[in-house]
Amino acid sequence: METLSEPNTINKAAMKTYSFTEKKDTRSGFGAGLLELGRTNPDVVALCADLTGSLKMDAFAKEFPDRFFQTGIAEANMIGMAAGMTIGGKIPFTGTFANFATGRVYDQIRQSVAYSGKNVKICASHAGLTLGEDGATHQILEDIGMMRMLPHMTVICPSDYNQTKAATLAIARHHGPVYLRFGRPSWPVFTDPNEEFIIGKAQVMTEGSDVTIIATGHLVWKALQAAEMLSGNGITVEVINMATIKPFDGSTVLKSVMKTRCVVTAEEHQQNGGLGDAVAQFLANNFPSPIEMVAVNDSFGESGTPDQLLIKYGLDAPDIMQKAKKVLDRKTSQR
Amino acid sequence: MAELADLKTLATQVRRDIVRMVHGCQSGHPGGSLGCVEFMVALYGKVMHYDAANFDMDGKNEDLFFLSNGHISPVWYSVLARNGFFPVSELSTFRKLNTRLQGHPTTHEGLPGVRVASGSLGQGLSVALGAAQAKKLNNDKSIVFSLHGDGELQEGQIWEAAMYGAAHKVDNIISTVDVNGQQIDGSTEQVLPMGNLRAKFEAFGWEVLDMNGNDMNEVVNTLLKAKTMTGKGKPILILMNTIMGNGVDFMMHTHKWHGIAPNDEQLQKALEQLQETSDY
Ligand SMILES: Cc1ncc(C[n+]2csc(CCOP(=O)(O)OP(=O)(O)O)c2C)c(N)n1
Ligand SMILES: [Mg+2]
Repeated sequence: METLSEPNTINKAAMKTYSFTEKKDTRSGFGAGLLELGRTNPDVVALCADLTGSLKMDAFAKEFPDRFFQTGIAEANMIGMAAGMTIGGKIPFTGTFANFATGRVYDQIRQSVAYSGKNVKICASHAGLTLGEDGATHQILEDIGMMRMLPHMTVICPSDYNQTKAATLAIARHHGPVYLRFGRPSWPVFTDPNEEFIIGKAQVMTEGSDVTIIATGHLVWKALQAAEMLSGNGITVEVINMATIKPFDGSTVLKSVMKTRCVVTAEEHQQNGGLGDAVAQFLANNFPSPIEMVAVNDSFGESGTPDQLLIKYGLDAPDIMQKAKKVLDRKTSQR
Repeated sequence: MAELADLKTLATQVRRDIVRMVHGCQSGHPGGSLGCVEFMVALYGKVMHYDAANFDMDGKNEDLFFLSNGHISPVWYSVLARNGFFPVSELSTFRKLNTRLQGHPTTHEGLPGVRVASGSLGQGLSVALGAAQAKKLNNDKSIVFSLHGDGELQEGQIWEAAMYGAAHKVDNIISTVDVNGQQIDGSTEQVLPMGNLRAKFEAFGWEVLDMNGNDMNEVVNTLLKAKTMTGKGKPILILMNTIMGNGVDFMMHTHKWHGIAPNDEQLQKALEQLQETSDY
């Protein structure tokens, strides 16, 4: 079994730690969830724009050919058709890369899905930098922002395989448009496979009183690593897994920040419009507190391995740790 | 079911509704609306099966209609009201604050008859195809109709949808294009000539019909004929030749009345040309 980081001794007992025995891609969690939905909910249908294998929708397509719709490389038509299929009671899940699932079809989502209140599940893989070598054309870092700006859109970005699977099941039970964001790389599996996903409920992963780290998606794991490193320095960290970005779980955030009085946010997304923005907006309105953001800062990505890119763009565990120290300093100097 | 003479009388009423609605809020799109009156009146009066009094979103076992060129909402609203979807008196709220009759159609305010928002052009054929696919999954034998502008065909999504509809044999759809030869900046020939539309849709694998969209008899007969052609493995497209602004002489044959409202004097002139029915 791999451990999180260099072993440490100080204060470790005070904070819950996480480990993993295997790595899996979150998109496979989606594929597994979709297959299960196929078997349990006859209203679930799936549409894909020539990325069935990449989205791990092939098992569903094979087992339920009558409920699988290959649209070809025509994302706008796919979104429109999905909206139409809700009329008559179907629950369409569309699949393509996050870039083509949002930016390319923003107007279609806006008018035919969101404004029309359609029960469409927009499922998007290869989000963020960690898709790696394909580079910036495919590395969308603006999708959370675009989707959370749409009125009544639910935005979910789960942290690992198990949570992505659970979220896939949960969004079928929820009536209304949803954006489900996941990714390509093999990633530590550390959440409980039996835990039900509750839309709009953030999870407190570790309890701490010095600093709150609110993370989403792949960076939840990085936040847990950072927390463990910090606990080695005698700093206790409350890590919150913000898998649902919208609706925003303000009460969990408020409870934590009233205790810690400072926050770091972490996401594989632009600072503009992302989780950090959502947290900052909430705190500005409710409980102004020092905040530091781990996010891409107004730039496009590039080719590289996922690990290299996270380091280069400052999204790795040590970056989160640095920002935590910085925000702690700001908190102290405010006093 | 309505007789031809009744349909023609209703068409005149609908034209009066259109000019008065657009005049009432000094905005909206009379040109395309006036050209599509016969189509809309025939569709709801003689062709589609539906339950206006008990509108529900899913519309199972009912024929469905999607207006993809949402800017011609006046003609649709009038025909919906005149066929019992909502009170005729509501037409006077068109485009005014707190109305269910938004500038472009929406489900957002819960207006009976509307199943998706439209206004941003090019999206409705995809939605209609999706609804048609859902009908097949539900073993529902009724038909999906849609209407599009000819300028709207310049949107790429239309052709994505056209390719899909034929490839997947969506043969429970009848889509109509309002070929009025006009769009905002001028005639379609001036803005972006689209060549031979029949050949294009046939090449995409659709069954293509055409009709004079301002001849009530021909519209009814062509729509009924199109219905008999469903279920045969091909989606159906009707190229409907119309005159923009039809029924009001000074609005006809020009793109200028695509999206402007008549003033008081112009309204009176228009209503004088559109006689013999009651007002809302
Ligand atoms: C995507 C999109 N682009 C532009 C417009 C602005 N617009 C509204 S109507 C119109 C012209 C449409 O022409 P046509 O479909 O022929 O309708 P007609 O003018 O004949 O009623 C345009 C460009 C729009 N509504 N949607
Ligand atoms: Mg036109």
